[in-house]
Amino acid sequence: MHIVVPVKLVPDLVEELVIDPSGTTLDPDTLRLQLNEFDGHAIEQAILLKERGGGQVTVMAPDVEGVDDVLYTAAAKGADRLIKLCGNFGQSVNNHAMACAVANLIKPLQPDLVLTGVQSHSDLDGSMGPLLAAYLGFPYVGYIAGVTLSDGRAVVRKEYPGGLVAEMEVVLPAVLGIQAADQPPRYVAFTRIRQAMKTASIEEQTVEGLDVSGGPTVSRMYKPEAAARATMIEGKPDEVASRLVELFRELGVL
Amino acid sequence: MATTTVSQSSTTFSQSFYASLHEIAGGEKVRTCLQCGTCNGVCPYGYLMDYPPGKMVAALRAQRFERVTEADTVWMCVSCYACSEVCPVRIPLTAGLMTRAKEELLLAGNIPSELQVALENTQRYGNPLGESPRKRADWAKGVKPRVPIMSEERRPVDVLWFVGDYGSYHPRVQPVSRALANVLNALHVDFGILGAEEVSDGDSQRLAGERGLFEMLAAKNERALSQYEFKEIITGDPHAYNAFKNEYPKLGIVYPVRHYTEFLAERLDALKSLFKGEVNARVTYHDPCYLGRANDVFEAPRQLLSAIPGVELVEMPHNRTTSLCCGGGGGGMWMDGFHWEKAHTRLSEWRVREAMQVGADILAVACPYEAPRFEDATKVVPGASRLIVKDIAELLAEAMGD
Amino acid sequence: MSQDIYVIIEHLRGQIADISYVLCAAARQMAAASGGNVVGLLLGHNVKDLAQDVAVDRVLAVDDPLLANFVPDVYQQVLANLISASAPRAVLFGDTSIGAELAGALSVQLGLPLVSYCRNVRADDGRLTYVSQLCGGKVMVEGELPAPTALVAMVPGGYQAEQGKSTQPPPVETVAPPALAAGRITLKQYIEPESGDVDISKEAILVSVGRGIQNADNIELVRELAEAIGGVVSASRPVVDQGWLPTTRLVGKSGKRVKPRLYLALGISGAPEHAEAITDSQTIIAVNTDASAPIFDIARYGTTLDLLDLVPVLTEKVRQAKQ
Repeated sequence: MHIVVPVKLVPDLVEELVIDPSGTTLDPDTLRLQLNEFDGHAIEQAILLKERGGGQVTVMAPDVEGVDDVLYTAAAKGADRLIKLCGNFGQSVNNHAMACAVANLIKPLQPDLVLTGVQSHSDLDGSMGPLLAAYLGFPYVGYIAGVTLSDGRAVVRKEYPGGLVAEMEVVLPAVLGIQAADQPPRYVAFTRIRQAMKTASIEEQTVEGLDVSGGPTVSRMYKPEAAARATMIEGKPDEVASRLVELFRELGVL
Repeated sequence: MATTTVSQSSTTFSQSFYASLHEIAGGEKVRTCLQCGTCNGVCPYGYLMDYPPGKMVAALRAQRFERVTEADTVWMCVSCYACSEVCPVRIPLTAGLMTRAKEELLLAGNIPSELQVALENTQRYGNPLGESPRKRADWAKGVKPRVPIMSEERRPVDVLWFVGDYGSYHPRVQPVSRALANVLNALHVDFGILGAEEVSDGDSQRLAGERGLFEMLAAKNERALSQYEFKEIITGDPHAYNAFKNEYPKLGIVYPVRHYTEFLAERLDALKSLFKGEVNARVTYHDPCYLGRANDVFEAPRQLLSAIPGVELVEMPHNRTTSLCCGGGGGGMWMDGFHWEKAHTRLSEWRVREAMQVGADILAVACPYEAPRFEDATKVVPGASRLIVKDIAELLAEAMGD
Repeated sequence: MSQDIYVIIEHLRGQIADISYVLCAAARQMAAASGGNVVGLLLGHNVKDLAQDVAVDRVLAVDDPLLANFVPDVYQQVLANLISASAPRAVLFGDTSIGAELAGALSVQLGLPLVSYCRNVRADDGRLTYVSQLCGGKVMVEGELPAPTALVAMVPGGYQAEQGKSTQPPPVETVAPPALAAGRITLKQYIEPESGDVDISKEAILVSVGRGIQNADNIELVRELAEAIGGVVSASRPVVDQGWLPTTRLVGKSGKRVKPRLYLALGISGAPEHAEAITDSQTIIAVNTDASAPIFDIARYGTTLDLLDLVPVLTEKVRQAKQ
C-alpha cells in the first residue's frame, strides 16, 4: 500500500492579513504560511492506515516558506518519504495548475491511494482533491471522516449536512478528500522533529509547466466592509449582560 | 543537551528509566528513597494519582514502570515542588522523577488534547496562547513614556525586562505589565524589552515533558538577547525567572536575573517617596511556587506590600515553603479541563478559601498565572466575589496614584 | 453556446437542499444581466415533482435508477453531457459535499474555469463579476466571471433562500440519460445520525459555542445559560471534534443549517463553514474576544468580552428577569 499525501501551505489567519499595494493579492512580506488544517488530517489518516495495514507514506509539499518544518514533522509522525516540489510558486499559481503538475509527479509513484485535505480556505478555483483525481484519472470522494482499506478497495464515510453519513466503496487507486482523520492529529515531541531533521531526507523535484491560464483572475482583493458589522455593546460583564437581557426582551425570547 | 529517549533494548524500560534519572543533578538520591510516603501525602492531587512520586519510585523498583506511562494521571502533577520540599532525603522529585516521567508519556503520545494545543501553539508561535508573535509588545501601547523595544533602541540599557507569555498576551495580565512599566518609569529605570523577538521561556513546557521544545525556545531567546547590551534581566514571571536562573545556565545561557519584586525591594526608599495615596486593605500574599519554594524568594514581595501605606499584611495558613499551588504549573495552565474531569475541584479555589478565612480584602500575587486563576476562583467560591486579586505591581502603581 | 444560467438542484433523500434556493437567487440576477434563462438541472430517480418551488424558468430532469443517490462519478457523467451539449454562460453548484466535488471534476473534464467560495455575482454593464470570500471570510476577491462558460461553486450568505423560491411550479422537461454505467464508486448504505437528541434546526433559541469555550467543563456554564433562557446548546466544528458535544449539535457545513429567532454565538469566530449555516437566523448576537472575528460581520449585536466572564453573569440576570 503506497499512500501519497500532497499538502498545501496556506496563509496563517492568526496573523493580520495585509493586502498588497497592487490590490489583487496578499502582501508577501507580512504573509505567514502554515499547513492547511485539513491536510494535517490527511497526513494523520495516511499514517493511521499505514500503522494498521502496513505500507508506505509519501508526503509532498510545494517549496514555500515553512515547508521543511511541515515535511520533517510529517516524518516524525511516521511518513516514509518527503518530497519538496520546487518551482516558481507565486500567489498567482492556482490549484488547477498545481494539481496538473503534481499529478504528473504522482503518476510514476504508482500510488494505491492519494489523500488530501478536503479543502483549504484559499481555494479560489476549487479544492485540490477533485482536480488531482481528474488529472490522474482516479475516482474521488470528499468530505471523508473515516477510512478502512480491504482488497483493493476503500470503504469511506462521507459526511453530509445534518450528520447523515454515506458509506461508499471506492475502487483503488483513488483520491480521497479528508475532512477528519479517524483520530485527531497526534502530537509529536520536538525532539522527534529534531531527530527527523537529522535522519530524514527531503527529495527535491522540479515542477514544470505550471499553466495558470483559463482560471479566474482577480481584479480586486479587499477586506470585507465594516458597514454591515454588528452593533457593539461595551462595558463590564454586568452592564453587557443587562443590555443583552433587554435585547432578549425586545426580540421576544424572554 | 537533549534527554535521550529510553531505548527498548536488553535492559528493561524500568532499568533504563532509572538510569536516566542519574543524569539529573541529585538524581542518584532516588536510590535512598525511604518509601515514607510524605510526598504522596503532601501532593495536592496525590489522592487522584495512580502513581504519586513515592508510588512511582516503588513501581520503578518493582520493574513496572510501563504501568506508570500507561496511566494518564501523571498529568495531574502541577510541578509545584511540594513533594521535593518535604522529601527527607532530598530526592529531586519534581525536577527529576515527575518531569522525566512526563517526558516518557509525551513521547508515547499519551498526552491530554488541551496540552497538545498549547505545545503546538508554542512550537508554531513561540507562545502557548497561539497569539501572533508580531503582537507580543502590543500590551505596551499607550504606556507613557513609551516602553523601549531593544531592536528599535539599538543602545545599551541597564535592565532587560523579559515580559513573558501571559504578561504579553493575557488580557488579565497585560494591565499588570502596564502597571510594572509605569512603576519602572516612575523610578527612572533605564530598561528595554525584546518585543517581537522574545519567545516563551519554555519552562512550563519543559516541566510538562517537552524538553526539546524548551531547548529550542531557550536558543531563540539567546539569539535575541545576545545582540544587546544590558546589565541584568528582570521578569515578572517566576517561571521565566526559574528558567534563566536554573535551567538556561545548563545550556550555556548565563545572565544575571531577578524577579521584579527583588529588583524593586532594593529601591524601597525611592518607591516610598513616590506613594501618593493609601491602599487601605487587609492584604494576604500568595507565594508562587517558582518564586518561593523553588527559588527561596519570600521576603522581597512582603517588603514591597508592607511598604504601601495603609496595607495590613496578613499570612494565610499555608505560606512560604508550604504555599499552595494555584494549579497552573507544570502545564496545569493548559489542562484545566483535564484536571477538572479528574478532580472536580480546582486548587485555586482552595487558595481563595484560605484568603477568605484570614479576612483578606486583597489577595496579592506575583506570578502571571495567578491573577486570572484566582480571579476565576473568586467567581465560584461562595462569598468570595468581594475578594480582589491584584499583582503586587498593580498595588504599587495604584499607591503611586496611577 | 447560450446565455443561460444552469443551476444544479441539490437534494438529499427527497429534500431540496437550502443551498439550491441560494443558487436560484443568484442565477436569476445573472440571467437578467446575460439575457438568458435560468435552467435547473435535477438528477435523481422519480424526482420530477421534487422541484415545485425553485425559482427557475424550467427544469431539466434526468431520471434513472442509477441516479437515485448521489454517487460522484455517475452524476459527473450525466452533467458532463448536459453542460457540453448546451454550453451555458454559467453553471452554479453549491460549495458543498455534493457540489464541490462535481464542480472540480467537471472543470478538468470539460476544460472549463471554476470559481469557488463565491458569495455574490454582480452585473456591471452586462458583464458578470464574481465575488468570493477567502481566508475564512477575512478577505474578499472579485474579478470578471470567466467566459464563455464558467463553473461556479457558491457559498451561502450573499442571497436569501427566499429569493430563490417561487410559488409557480416551473415546467419540467425530462431528458433521457446517456447510457449510464456504474462507476468505481458505490454507495453501500446511509448511516443515520444519532437520534433521540433535539433537532437544532427546529429550535427557536440556540446558545452556540465555539473554540473560545476552551475546555469541556465550561460547556456546563453554557448549558445553564441555555436552560435559563429556554434554548438548547449547539456548537461549531472544533467543539464537536473534541467530543465535547455530539454531532447532532453541530451547526455548519457538515452539520445542520439553523434558523432560530435568536442565535447566541459564544466564542465562535464565524468561519464561512459555520457562518453559511446561520444566515437564516433572525438575530445573531456574538460574543468573541477578537474584535476582528468575521462573526461580527453577520451578527446584529456583539461584544468582545470573554464569554467565560459574561456567561455566568448573563445566566443570573436571565434567571432574575424571568422571576
